[in-house]
Amino acid sequence: MNKIIERGPAGYMPDSAPSMGVELAPEGKALLYGNVVSEEEAMRDAARALLTEDNPTIFPGPQVLWDWKEDVASKAAAILDLASEIPNCKIIPMPDYRPKYPKIDVKAEINPNHPNLTILDNKIKACIFVGVHCHYANLSLRMIRAGTECYTVALCAYMGHEEAMASIRDLHAEDIQKFKEIVIEERTKLGIEWTATLPPENPSLEKEDFATLAPADYGEYRSLIMSRKGEHVAEVE
Amino acid sequence: MSSDTRPKLEKKLVDMNYLLKEAPREQHFITGAQAMAEAVKRASVDMAIAYPITPQSEVMHLVGDIYAQGHIKEYYRAEEELGTMSAIAGASRAGVRLFTATSGPGLLRGLEAIVSWPGHRVPAVLGVLTRVVNAPLSIQPDNIEMAYLMHCGAVMLHAENQQDTFDMTLAAFAIAEKVDVYIPVAVATEGFFVTHAKGYVDMTPEDMALNEFDPIAAPVPAMDNETPPARIQRDAPVQKSNFMSYLIHSVWQQEIWDSNKRAMKYIYEYLGGPIEVQNPESDVFVVASGCAAAQAREAWRYAQEDGLSVGLIKVRSIRPFPIDEIREATKNAKKLIVPEHNIIGWLCTEVKAAIPNGGIVVEGPRVYGGMTLPVELIMKEIHDALGLEYDLKL
Repeated sequence: MNKIIERGPAGYMPDSAPSMGVELAPEGKALLYGNVVSEEEAMRDAARALLTEDNPTIFPGPQVLWDWKEDVASKAAAILDLASEIPNCKIIPMPDYRPKYPKIDVKAEINPNHPNLTILDNKIKACIFVGVHCHYANLSLRMIRAGTECYTVALCAYMGHEEAMASIRDLHAEDIQKFKEIVIEERTKLGIEWTATLPPENPSLEKEDFATLAPADYGEYRSLIMSRKGEHVAEVE
Repeated sequence: MSSDTRPKLEKKLVDMNYLLKEAPREQHFITGAQAMAEAVKRASVDMAIAYPITPQSEVMHLVGDIYAQGHIKEYYRAEEELGTMSAIAGASRAGVRLFTATSGPGLLRGLEAIVSWPGHRVPAVLGVLTRVVNAPLSIQPDNIEMAYLMHCGAVMLHAENQQDTFDMTLAAFAIAEKVDVYIPVAVATEGFFVTHAKGYVDMTPEDMALNEFDPIAAPVPAMDNETPPARIQRDAPVQKSNFMSYLIHSVWQQEIWDSNKRAMKYIYEYLGGPIEVQNPESDVFVVASGCAAAQAREAWRYAQEDGLSVGLIKVRSIRPFPIDEIREATKNAKKLIVPEHNIIGWLCTEVKAAIPNGGIVVEGPRVYGGMTLPVELIMKEIHDALGLEYDLKL
């Protein structure tokens, strides 16, 4: 296979995948290194990368982090199932898209404005993007290809991503389960012994005590908290 | 007029392929402005905002009428064009279908906001009813303003006539809202020559409209404070560039032009492709867009009657520009004549850049400042290209 899109680092200012002639896969197909292939072929290559590269990590985005529409809970559960079958897999969320001020906690999250920081600090060599809105996924995947050697997998609910090494489109919970089964099959072929184990807790997030939360704890988002009728919120910066 | 006092309309909602290709059509004799407004009527538009300027005012007046008739949910007249285009960007954050239109100086006044739409992923449809922008000011036809719009990342379609104006405006809504596109689509046509002149338009039924806008099927989150997590609202950080790397600014620009490129497959799907080619084996082609294509078509018809080997290439899509298609269509051509309604010849520049042998391009004829484009000017160039005499009489 002629690899049009390869893992990076692609350099200072790489061409985008579409400008290199890569087109999104049609329905029922997937992309592997910029080529249209069957979904299974892309999943098997992605599974081998996730099983053999250092520090495999799943980056779930807002669309699977919050239970905001009907199919999300089953998808999120399937992602946890998948993570538990990849040895030593971590989950680092991309909870929103704002640049992190003054500095991102690279152990706790990844951000589309500088995704390479989280990849490089955690020495992640294979990752999955899932539930990230397509615009931000495209930006992140391109920046990761530009500046890191990480193998990227995109699991997309819509049309997929040209920038990822492996891109699966029209993703439902059952597709994630299918990917999990392929991971198990490839793991067996590679002779890797592993008992399904959930990823570790996110190390940097403190447990939130909702009883003692004050508006100021919401930082820049405090304006989104609506006060109750008659309530006067005095504790602001 | 409040929404309570307007009629509640029941419409059959369909997808764009059905609307453009299968829905029954009835012929009407209407102006280009009416054609654009009739398309808006069938597009389930949530909101229209505009500031009047000739010759666009005819379109937005009619859009105001169809708002009053209940076809559009919200409509208001803004203070001026920068405010109009900024309001469109703001309304888009809420995840709604939007339409506006402007002309010449209005387009340039709104340009600061318009050029930010693609980066902000605003899938609005913009009608551009072209007119003179230079001093001495005039309201007459001239499409030089399109040159200013060509480099912002928006998809740009150029309508030849009233029928194109109807079909392209409808298609624009579907193209703009594709998850892999999701940038504005401008539908341009010449002021007066098309907007105020009547032509036959085959229109779909008035009680049939495009499916409602789906704010969830989008590459960016809509700002919806009633749906958690509200915190993923998207745009404030774009302005906080001191907290962002230069690389994200550059890949963001790439993403917009990639989205523009992805629109091409939908231009094929809905409009039959970015160019129309007649007599593909010809040595000499007339290459034109918009109203100039109508005159080029007439010159091509004269040439057929005279038994001359002349082809016609009508360019429907200015952005994405059909580089591969034009290169293929003209690979054996010896001369390309590019008539235009502007002084700088922006289409001519694009055609020259698209082909390996730009020396075969004839720069013109061009008219501007409100001048009409007589077919005879094009015929003269055709005869010159074929090495024939032509007695030009105007």
